[in-house]
Amino acid sequence: MIVFDEVVKRYPGGYTALAGVSFEIPAGELAVLSGHSGAGKSTLLKLIAAIERPTSGTVRISGQDVSGLRRRAIPYLRRSLGLVLQESRLLYDRSVFDNVMLPLLITGHPPRDAVKRVAAALDRVGLAGREREMPAGLSGGEQQRVAIARAIVNRPSILIADEPTAHLDTDYAAEIAALFKSFNAAGVTVLVSTHDKRLFAEHKPRGIVLGKGLLIEEAA
Amino acid sequence: MNWFSLHLRAFVLALRRLVAQPLGTLLSALVVGIALSLPAAGYLLLDNVASLARGVSGTPEISVFMAQDASAADIAAIEKRLRADGELAGYRHVPKDEALRQLERSGLGDVLGGLTSNPLPDAFIITPGSDDPAAYEALHARFTAWPGVAHVQLDSAWVKRLHALLGLGQSAVLLLAGLLGFALVIVTFNTIRLQILTQRHEIDVSRLLGATDPFIRRPFYWFGTLQGLLGGGVALATVWATVQALGGPVASLAETYGAVFTLSGPGLRESAAILGFAAFLGWLGSAISVRRHLAERLT
Repeated sequence: MIVFDEVVKRYPGGYTALAGVSFEIPAGELAVLSGHSGAGKSTLLKLIAAIERPTSGTVRISGQDVSGLRRRAIPYLRRSLGLVLQESRLLYDRSVFDNVMLPLLITGHPPRDAVKRVAAALDRVGLAGREREMPAGLSGGEQQRVAIARAIVNRPSILIADEPTAHLDTDYAAEIAALFKSFNAAGVTVLVSTHDKRLFAEHKPRGIVLGKGLLIEEAA
Repeated sequence: MNWFSLHLRAFVLALRRLVAQPLGTLLSALVVGIALSLPAAGYLLLDNVASLARGVSGTPEISVFMAQDASAADIAAIEKRLRADGELAGYRHVPKDEALRQLERSGLGDVLGGLTSNPLPDAFIITPGSDDPAAYEALHARFTAWPGVAHVQLDSAWVKRLHALLGLGQSAVLLLAGLLGFALVIVTFNTIRLQILTQRHEIDVSRLLGATDPFIRRPFYWFGTLQGLLGGGVALATVWATVQALGGPVASLAETYGAVFTLSGPGLRESAAILGFAAFLGWLGSAISVRRHLAERLT
């Protein structure tokens, strides 16, 4: 479950990205976060992953208050999340396999089990057999799939994606949207930010719409 | 994954990074190695000189020369005092006639032939019971005050001077080691800084995926340690090659003085100390750099 309670985020210099946002996403839901550029979508997602800290208010993830989390505890929070960022943020000097393997190396998974998990994650995103390829040789949509495989390889209970279809054409974007729906169907809480709500419309997600740092619409 | 596995992974990663940039690794190892070889060679030089000094000096002695007009009773009195002295390891009486004979045997017979009487005094060659320089000084003062004694000579004076010089040399080597060790730390600091800059994307991504600080730091620590070790290896090889190159000429030089002297290179203990020192400095440089530069990265 993700809970925002009167969350304010003000950056040095005075810019207010979020001005008292409150909402709740129950466990196992698919939620779509939308709004214009600068509405505060990325900031909201960064607060969930403790990349940013709220100026005031509380952010709770699975019952844990992450607003004032100690620095040492942050990595363990992030391990429980699957993060897909706007840019795929892959390591371009590593193979597809190595990229997806990275979270398992970080969590110290036994190598044999880790290899199986990587293969399963790549299979899940439709990239089975592409393990040895380098990211630069993949299309934008395929790179985003690698990033998604990397996000799910640790089997997170919450999947967060920041504009995962931003640079993709319509067909690729629809495939990625379907992937997130399939993860949600498997019981994962999914929060996706997007400019294009229509991509997820057929999956009837919970909608969270931001405008100028304020929650302007929340619909289950 | 246990502690050992995590370190093994970091070690392998650091090794890969070293191998991935052979020229940079070689240059860094040469800089570190040459910097370390100077104090290492200085230490070995001092060690060789010290062993040479030990071989030449043997056990330091004190010579007590009696006055020319000292009577047999005076000499007997001194001998009695020496026999009763518990602080001495031993003594030997050299009568004036025996001293003259020794001088004649040494090739000065022609010179001594012109003398009408024996100019040499009776003497006692004394071996003190302690190596402590202060004890030597105390004995010197005591013997000088005894009746009938004309002169007391510390035969170890030049050895003491040599030891003082060696002490000075050791201090200089330590100072040099400190300065060049500091340089090594700076070299490693900078190498790790560049590593962090070139790998900042990987560091940021790893942090977003839940990497802890130790997970990110470990490979850099190993990198610095391995670089230091490589530099230590270069320093050892440099010192060894120098000893091999100078060994022959030094032995030939010693031979012209009628001595047998072999220049000895670093032994197992010295080699381990050089490698350990280099590895420690490499680790230190990387630890400071990682602490300084990783803190600037995204949390």
